[in-house]
Amino acid sequence: MSEDKANRREFLKRSSQAGLAALTATGVGLWLWSRNRHPQQELSAAQVRSYLVKVPQPAPAMVVVSGGSPGQLVVEAIRALGGMRAFVSRGDIVVLKPNIGWDRVPQQAANTNPEVVQKVAELCFDAGAQKVVVTDVSCNDPRRCFKRSGIASSAEAIGATVLLPEERKFRDYRLNGELLSVWPIYTPIVEADKVINLPIVKHHNLSRATMGMKNWYGMLGGRRSQLHQNIDVSIADLATFIRPTLTILDAYRVLMSNGPQGGNLNDVKLLKTIVAGTDPVAIDAFGATFLGLRAEQLPYLTIAHKRGLGNKNCDQLNVKNINLA
Amino acid sequence: MNAISWLKTLAGRQAVSAEAGSKHGRRIRRFRRISQVLFLSLFFFLLFQTEFRGTFDKTYSEIIRLKYPVSIFLEMDPLVAFSTAVSTHALYNNVIWALVVIAGTILIGRFFCGWVCPLGTISHFFSSFKPERKGKERVETNHYKKWMATKYYLLFALIALSLFTSLQTGLIDPIPFLVRSLSTGILPGINIALRKGLDYLYSSNVGVLQTLADAGYKVLSSSILSYKPQYYHYSFIIGMIFLTVLVLNRFITRFWCRGICPLGAFMGLLSRFSLFGMEKDHAKCDDCNKCIMYCQGACDPQGKVPWRQAECHLCFNCDSVCPNDVIRFKFFPKLETQSVNVLPDLKRRRVIESFAAGFVALPLFRSSLGLAKNRNDRLIRPPGSVEEEDFLGRCIRCGECMKVCPTNAIQPTLFEAGMEGLWTPMLVMRVGYCEYNCVLCSQVCPTGAIWKITEAEKLGKPAGADGSTGTSRKAKPIKIGTAFYDRGRCLPWAMDIPCIVCEEFCPTSPKAIWVLPEAVTRSDGTTITVQRPRVDVDRCVGCGICENVCPVQDRPAVYVTNIGETRSRTNQIRLESGAYK
Repeated sequence: MSEDKANRREFLKRSSQAGLAALTATGVGLWLWSRNRHPQQELSAAQVRSYLVKVPQPAPAMVVVSGGSPGQLVVEAIRALGGMRAFVSRGDIVVLKPNIGWDRVPQQAANTNPEVVQKVAELCFDAGAQKVVVTDVSCNDPRRCFKRSGIASSAEAIGATVLLPEERKFRDYRLNGELLSVWPIYTPIVEADKVINLPIVKHHNLSRATMGMKNWYGMLGGRRSQLHQNIDVSIADLATFIRPTLTILDAYRVLMSNGPQGGNLNDVKLLKTIVAGTDPVAIDAFGATFLGLRAEQLPYLTIAHKRGLGNKNCDQLNVKNINLA
Repeated sequence: MNAISWLKTLAGRQAVSAEAGSKHGRRIRRFRRISQVLFLSLFFFLLFQTEFRGTFDKTYSEIIRLKYPVSIFLEMDPLVAFSTAVSTHALYNNVIWALVVIAGTILIGRFFCGWVCPLGTISHFFSSFKPERKGKERVETNHYKKWMATKYYLLFALIALSLFTSLQTGLIDPIPFLVRSLSTGILPGINIALRKGLDYLYSSNVGVLQTLADAGYKVLSSSILSYKPQYYHYSFIIGMIFLTVLVLNRFITRFWCRGICPLGAFMGLLSRFSLFGMEKDHAKCDDCNKCIMYCQGACDPQGKVPWRQAECHLCFNCDSVCPNDVIRFKFFPKLETQSVNVLPDLKRRRVIESFAAGFVALPLFRSSLGLAKNRNDRLIRPPGSVEEEDFLGRCIRCGECMKVCPTNAIQPTLFEAGMEGLWTPMLVMRVGYCEYNCVLCSQVCPTGAIWKITEAEKLGKPAGADGSTGTSRKAKPIKIGTAFYDRGRCLPWAMDIPCIVCEEFCPTSPKAIWVLPEAVTRSDGTTITVQRPRVDVDRCVGCGICENVCPVQDRPAVYVTNIGETRSRTNQIRLESGAYK
């Protein structure tokens, strides 16, 4: 009798083990089969990044300051716009986006002036910013660009966080553009409370000029050279995707020819000017005059104007001119 | 003795299994172990520093240099000094310091092998992972074997080749071998593995894990992680050869050092006059064989036979374990033949055959096409390189230039430079390009194959100038090649689509790439004006950034070949740059 019990016990034990193994295998199999789909990446939804703030009136739409050191120009420009506290709040994470594209020294005017970057960072800290990030996705080797432009050392000296571009920090975004659909974007630039564009005025053989709106090239990863195939619509698409809190255009030194990187000091003109404001189209339109161009000669300005990103007719705006000399 | 007890003994915590060796010997052995660890750490530190990491401090400087003398191990390598002296009849820059090691070896013996050599230390470490061998078998396998004379024959063949300016020593000289294997094989592989792990953490999108990944990157990027992943041709085979060498230690202790190392062979020959060595009290020896079990160099430390001075690594293991105090190391030891053999065990005929092999190989190298004629057009050498025949007499294929290049452009050749030029450096513009203001490769080359240059020399400006033109007509930039357009692939030329990324990235001023607007009719009947690029070959320096950024990335529409390189008098297009000015 007990032998039967033992056999039955063994029967139950072995059947349940085998049954469990079979069920598990079947369950896992069915689950894997339900995941069967053609491999493709998940994409985020269309994004428009706006970092605009409501500026207390009556502030000028644009300020043009000339005749001082880079730091002095920045201070005067921001003061005339209402002070940095009008734009940066206590505890903000502020991203400064200078042009650190090229392996050049400040005198060659291929990158934003390091003193400009430093002063802007200082003003942000004074206004209560918790963190100021300085970064760009360079064209040449980023380590050399950040170092030789002087921007890394001047930013570090004031306590800003300098970020070298790193591969894992690019993520595909769906831009809301006419031409640009999905592009890898360098996420530290868009993960912020406020974003300040710090471009420099330079000649560019394809787009005629590279200033504020084209500076957003520096947030793109991937094969961004393809944008050249329709550069004007691309620039407008970039400016549609991201709308900065402030644009501070560095025209202390302007690269007049052989841009966007120059190399020869004879390509550079010392203008000692800064243009600042919240209308990126107007600022680019004004900056074009430094290169001897009219706004009509830059097709991307017309496209941006039509899209309502700003006003390319500077004479219709309240522009304040200050000369410190 | 396995690795763990090795480390423990280093700390003085665990006694050696044969405790009753001489105290004096054990103390020197401890110094030797500390020395090995220190030099190996120094080696790895310098290797990790062979990269401009972009760490920023608050001071600005326009000139970028590496902080440390990263090539010092290569420069102090006696075989590098000797073989380049034979092939170039000179000693380059810091290679003079190798005389310190040479002098030391002549005076003391092969201390370098036992106390300094990083590959020696690594081999020593991996030799402790052995299958369990007991007793007689263990003693037998650790004896001196006749095939260990191979390293001398290799050395002679290499010297014969060097005499006729074909420098092949770098292939198996241990320091270049180690630097190259780690730089182009092992470290890139480790980087990829680490990155995959850290990026997987980061991609989880969980805040804590992302912070962990960022922290991992931050900690590791000051050492083992490079700024960006580096890729190299033939990385697999170079890495596998290295791993094979490591694994061979499992079968024969210090296999490389005993059987292959030409540097060890060279130092074995140099130690002929050594003032320091082993003396044995043969009467006290009772054949316990402990000395043989722990011997690193296979130099016959046991009693009743002569000690092989040329094989000894001065590891002091034998002195530390001998229970009867047979072995003593001292200055001016006795030179009687039953005590010591100062010369390595070589057969005269084999020696002659080795030299002959070198002499015979060289004309066959040179009669192959590649050097004299039909040079591979894609063999673009780093800026500052000397003319090709001199280059092949200097390059030790150490891979320092490949490691330091910020764009990862410098790659090992296979046969682009002929069989003679295996694993010498060339630039591959699809991988990287020559950064216009960078001279780092010339700073790290130990032998002057890439002669040390300054930025001013590279750009063709008089030293100290800040970029103004029209000063000196004599100062011409260093060119490594010339760019050419494939108008059948270029967007504006072949497809009537605007582009000119190449022109944008061209670093010279005035730009070597210039454009002319042309009106074209497209396939749909519309007309458009496109800017079509061309190269001014007099301005072009061959940096290759155009090829690197060209959107037609599978086979770029603008590409660089080596013609026009300033290091060659004959490989020129233009009359003005030719040899017959």
